[in-house]
Amino acid sequence: MKHESISGRVAAPLGDIAMQDAATKPAYLQIDGLWKAFGEFVALRNISLSIREGEFVCFLGPSGCGKTTLLRAIAGLDLQSRGTIHQAGKDISTLPPSQRDYGIVFQSYALFPNLTIEKNIAFGLENTKRPRAEIDNRVKELLALVGLSSQAKKYPAQLSGGQQQRIALARAIAISPGLLLLDEPLSALDAKVRVHLRHEIKELQRKLGVTTIMVTHDQEEALSMADRIVVMNHGVIDQVGTPTEIYRHPKTLFVADFIGETNQFPVRIAGRSKVALDATDLACAPHDLPEGSEATAVIRPVDIIPHGNSTSESIGTPENLIDVKVEKMEFLGAFWRCRLSSARFGGRILIADFSINAVRRLGIEIGGAMQVELPSERVLVFPGNS
Amino acid sequence: MTALALPAGRAPRQSVSRDDLVKRGLMVAISLYLVLSLAAPLYVMLSKSLSTYRFDLTQFEFQVSDETATVWSKPKTAAALNAELSALAPEDLRAGSDSRLATTKFFKDFSFRSPVKYRMRGTVEDARWLVGSAPGGGTEWQEFDSNSFRRIMLRPTQSFGLDNFVAYFSTPSLSISIRNSALMATISTAITIAVAFGLAYALNRSRMSFKGLFRLVTVIPILVPSLLPGIALVYLFGNQGLLKPIMMGYSIYGPIGIVIGSVFFTLPHAFLIISTALSVADARHYEAATSLRASKWRTFWTVTVPGARFGLISAAFVVFTLVITDFGLPKVIGGQYNMLAVDIYKQVIGQQNFEMGAVVSVILLIPAIIAFAVDRIVQRRQVALLSARSVPYQPKPNRRFDMLCLAWCSVVAVFLVGIIGICQLAALVKLWPYDMSLSLKNYAFDLMDGGGWASYANSIRLALLTAFFGTIVVFTGAYMVEKTQGFSAGRSAFHFLAMLPMAVPGMVLGLAYIFFFNNPANPLSPIYGTMTILVICTVTHFYTVSHLTALTALKQMDAEFEPVAASLKQPFQKLFFRVTVPVCLPAILDISIYLFVNAMTTVSAVVFLYSTETQLASVAVLNMDDAGDIAPAAAMGMMIFYTNVVARLIHAGVSGLLLSRTQRWRDR
Repeated sequence: MKHESISGRVAAPLGDIAMQDAATKPAYLQIDGLWKAFGEFVALRNISLSIREGEFVCFLGPSGCGKTTLLRAIAGLDLQSRGTIHQAGKDISTLPPSQRDYGIVFQSYALFPNLTIEKNIAFGLENTKRPRAEIDNRVKELLALVGLSSQAKKYPAQLSGGQQQRIALARAIAISPGLLLLDEPLSALDAKVRVHLRHEIKELQRKLGVTTIMVTHDQEEALSMADRIVVMNHGVIDQVGTPTEIYRHPKTLFVADFIGETNQFPVRIAGRSKVALDATDLACAPHDLPEGSEATAVIRPVDIIPHGNSTSESIGTPENLIDVKVEKMEFLGAFWRCRLSSARFGGRILIADFSINAVRRLGIEIGGAMQVELPSERVLVFPGNS
Repeated sequence: MTALALPAGRAPRQSVSRDDLVKRGLMVAISLYLVLSLAAPLYVMLSKSLSTYRFDLTQFEFQVSDETATVWSKPKTAAALNAELSALAPEDLRAGSDSRLATTKFFKDFSFRSPVKYRMRGTVEDARWLVGSAPGGGTEWQEFDSNSFRRIMLRPTQSFGLDNFVAYFSTPSLSISIRNSALMATISTAITIAVAFGLAYALNRSRMSFKGLFRLVTVIPILVPSLLPGIALVYLFGNQGLLKPIMMGYSIYGPIGIVIGSVFFTLPHAFLIISTALSVADARHYEAATSLRASKWRTFWTVTVPGARFGLISAAFVVFTLVITDFGLPKVIGGQYNMLAVDIYKQVIGQQNFEMGAVVSVILLIPAIIAFAVDRIVQRRQVALLSARSVPYQPKPNRRFDMLCLAWCSVVAVFLVGIIGICQLAALVKLWPYDMSLSLKNYAFDLMDGGGWASYANSIRLALLTAFFGTIVVFTGAYMVEKTQGFSAGRSAFHFLAMLPMAVPGMVLGLAYIFFFNNPANPLSPIYGTMTILVICTVTHFYTVSHLTALTALKQMDAEFEPVAASLKQPFQKLFFRVTVPVCLPAILDISIYLFVNAMTTVSAVVFLYSTETQLASVAVLNMDDAGDIAPAAAMGMMIFYTNVVARLIHAGVSGLLLSRTQRWRDR
């Protein structure tokens, strides 16, 4: 794991200790055999999922994968075609939205434009036979919680996007819902605000302990915020797991490709931890695929280890050591992205991310020759190739 | 990827929340309103146009006694009796729904003093007759003395078919109206579009001065009934007209007057549509044309006109429909030149021939529906054009061109203001053209036909009620269409009903109301002849434009407001009153002023429906003009104009005030 620093840009998720804690609790939200069809088009196929109380779960996938449909089914906005949903032990499958127990934040925030910030937050608190003073206190408390106490009398249009987002969040949690639903809450914001708010939402969620589901297509967002990620594709769940599991042990090629960057090579299985790329053998992580079958080998750019221009610098006798030529280098701030070509790989291009230190230390430069190691445990193999 | 199919079974249904119940209830109520105020009357009218009435003499059988009333003759049908006497020719047996036929026609020697008695029965179950005003019928023999027998009237039987249409098309004096109406509408459309395009082009594409003033002037015709330009033309070019000589012997009564008047009252509609189309021009197209060294003329025909083509087509169909369905103007200035809309009036009011009125109505519906359909298709495309990102076009100053534009706008403005000015002058002059001194005697409406000042008060009442209830109904209906989940079949049916009034000419609607509401069998018949029916009719007549205005405003609202409110456990009416209505307030005010102004000026639908207690100012203009009191008619027309001007000013004031108070959130 000494190379982990290279992939450090992917924030480490919440510790697995908390997860084990949660595992002992019964499921708070239980989804069983959920299907959703829009006419001929089937948007969700047999989705089953359980979410524990207090968990922060991200539905992650490309657009059209069904993640928003699943969220809307949970919210009762688009009723499922088959299947059931239980929340806190109660069957909510056919309840209208107003009889379910959740707060929701949409991508558009849907703040009421003609009401001030405090009236927006108070909207859900009125009509509950609470005394006025109590409502006011609660609003003040929520404003302080999202750090916008000074903006109470302003209208939504007078706030920045990030501030509007926080008000929408405050309004959603004002009624202390059992479940918080976030539908792409950060995608309308610019990059800097987004990163900042990620942290803030996560903090808030941890403080309140509210079970939260967030829909996103941004893998970084999911990796940095979620306790567990549900990766969806074409209406099915490909993998459910903690961010590290998903990142390091993707179950499918789709997950590997969607989360993080990959180099992919068509290979033929040559043994339990060996594949043949063209004429060359390559050691890989153990797998169960039948020998001789077609497969795809995957390695992430960050997992490629640079070894300078001779084997002399290598530690021990690494496997999968290959000679490459540096075709192109692109400086991406925290690291260098290098395009390497390898004669042994039939001239295929290999993308590798090297730290600035490594580049300086090893004197890597365009046109130079060098050796790289593809650590076998990081070479993952998936059935089939295209 | 395993392409799994949906497992068999039933889809779960969402349990219905209280909100859903309220929403569905409201939608059903408003749908019911549209069905009763639009669909049902139109259906009844349609069936009326297909129903024919005829006396079927084989249905009635008679026996006559001798003087002692003991010996009876053999039973004979009326048909047999008629054959013996040749009393009635076959064409005499054609009837209307209210026709009746005296039985005594079949008895040559009938005398009501004679002791002879009569027996009568129907040969079929549905044979009907009247004894005095009491209905009779049945296949049992019934006995009458001669004094009662003379009061027996046979009733015609109804059958369905195209006979009315055959009769219509075989009567040249009627069917010529189709040609006339189409011709007038075509010519007026061509002229109006040309004039309006010039006006819109000048106001959008030049740097001339007084643009705001000219924009105000173009609104004038909307504020007056369409009869008013007719009256002005009479004063200008009529038999005692100031400018009669320039007519060179042609009469203003007829096609010339209809065309000039139609251009006047349709101009604002065409101008608004074309102006919108021209205002969304993309500057980049013009820059491209300039960089390609295209001449101005070529640029005009390859960039300007194609860019505005949807607007032009849409405006053309709107104008065509307005002209062909208008009743007021041809009534005043049409003279002997028959037009479809006036024919309906003549058939119904003049000849009480309701079936033929229905036939003309159905014929008038056809061009209106075609125009409506084309307009909808074009509008849909126009939206796509609008949504493209474009750079607004900024005209550059060009002295010669700007002067030309100013000149053109001035000519149009003189025409519009002149027409109104002549009406005002005529209203104030003692006796045109002999005694041109000023007086207010023409405003003594209580001395004339038409209902006097009471009709003016009625009109204001109608306009206020229409604006109030109409806005509520229309906005609520539009909200249900736009913001309700599920129930989609119901919603599209409702939307269709809401779009329908645009295709239904006022005369047709009014006549349909007579058929539907003036029927004792209809439980709603008590509203016939009241203010209620006038309000319902006017709201329905102007439903579509109001509905579209409301829809546009609602579509601009975030679709997620309703889910958010539901997730916060708040009832939808709280969202509706605290957010939806305040945010849509500008549109709501626009709808109410639109309904008010149109309720003040409309003649066509209400002309069939007013009663002595509910006479209206716009109808009074018509009736006074009909009675020869043209100056008072002009005076009343001007009262409507000033009322609408004041209403618009109040509307502007109230909007400004309300908006500054409630729309503060719009400022950043």
